Amino acid sequence: MIMKRLKNSAHIAALVLATLAPAGVAMAQETIATLRAGTPLAENAAPHAIAPVRNTDLRQVRNYPEQPPLIPHKTDGYQIDLNANQCLLCHSRTAIEISQAPMVSITHFMNRDNQFLASVTPRRYFCTQCHVPQAEARPLLENGFVDIDQVLEYVSGQEGN
Amino acid sequence: MLRLIKRTWGIILRPSVHYSLGFLTFGGFLMGIVFWGGFNTALEVTNTEAFCTSCHEMSDNVFEELKPTIHYSNRSGVRATCPDCHVPHEWSSKIARKMQASKEVWGKIFGTINTREKFLNHRLSLAQNEWARLEANNSLECRNCHSAESMDITRQSPRAAEAHERFLFTGEKTCISCHKGIAHELPNMGQALLSPSAVHGN
Repeated sequence: MIMKRLKNSAHIAALVLATLAPAGVAMAQETIATLRAGTPLAENAAPHAIAPVRNTDLRQVRNYPEQPPLIPHKTDGYQIDLNANQCLLCHSRTAIEISQAPMVSITHFMNRDNQFLASVTPRRYFCTQCHVPQAEARPLLENGFVDIDQVLEYVSGQEGN
Repeated sequence: MLRLIKRTWGIILRPSVHYSLGFLTFGGFLMGIVFWGGFNTALEVTNTEAFCTSCHEMSDNVFEELKPTIHYSNRSGVRATCPDCHVPHEWSSKIARKMQASKEVWGKIFGTINTREKFLNHRLSLAQNEWARLEANNSLECRNCHSAESMDITRQSPRAAEAHERFLFTGEKTCISCHKGIAHELPNMGQALLSPSAVHGN
């Protein structure tokens, strides 16, 4: 009895799918915006030109306080591996007098037990996991992010009404 | 033995009997051209990228690391090949370096760095050799192409301009003091990792 009911419902589901599927595919093709920008799946789109990296050396605003600071310069070919970390050649505690670069934050010296170590901890060693340079490029998708100041402004605006 | 030397010396001192002065002079001149030309050609053959990378020690390790760097491929299409940085261009220094390089032939024959592991074990000392050489000659091989006089710092990024103004133009540091590891990967820097002696830039 149960088996039969299952079979029936499967039949119904198949029927529903069969009727809806073509419409669904057509709809998806029209409405889902992808980064492929209409290029059929089997073909390769002409690639965008590689955007130049922002190399102003000017600190960028942080969108929220916990944001890892952005890198305001090129980092092409910087070696960050077991042997060497070329970011630290300028940003380490001892290097900043010569380089005048900002020192890595003290939080990077803390291990998972919040103990400060002598130098950058292994878990914070790979800089580009969090810190990234910025490209001079238009975003592929619009981003609706607003920062906390704008939120507060909005909220106070609402209260004012 | 002594008699043989004396006899040879006697032959050298005696004027030629059968050959004319003209033949000996021009013949000597021509042979000089041939031998000197041959020597120089052979020397220049050893001064090419193809020669350097004909050994797997070079082609599998350091040459592969050079490929993604700006000294191998760049917007203007100028390439610094191995000898541009590792062999002095001026003749007497070049010959001196080539004589030192005979030790590298020894290393090749006895396989000092013939595996990846051996190469990595030697990497620090190999790099330090080159750093010391460039520190000693005030980065001569860098300056064969890059001169402080023709460097327009207004076209550099602000931090590069500032660094060059503070350290290069004052002569406080030389190119290699900061630009280590730009053409090959850095060795294990160990404690030197956190030292201010090396600052990166392309």
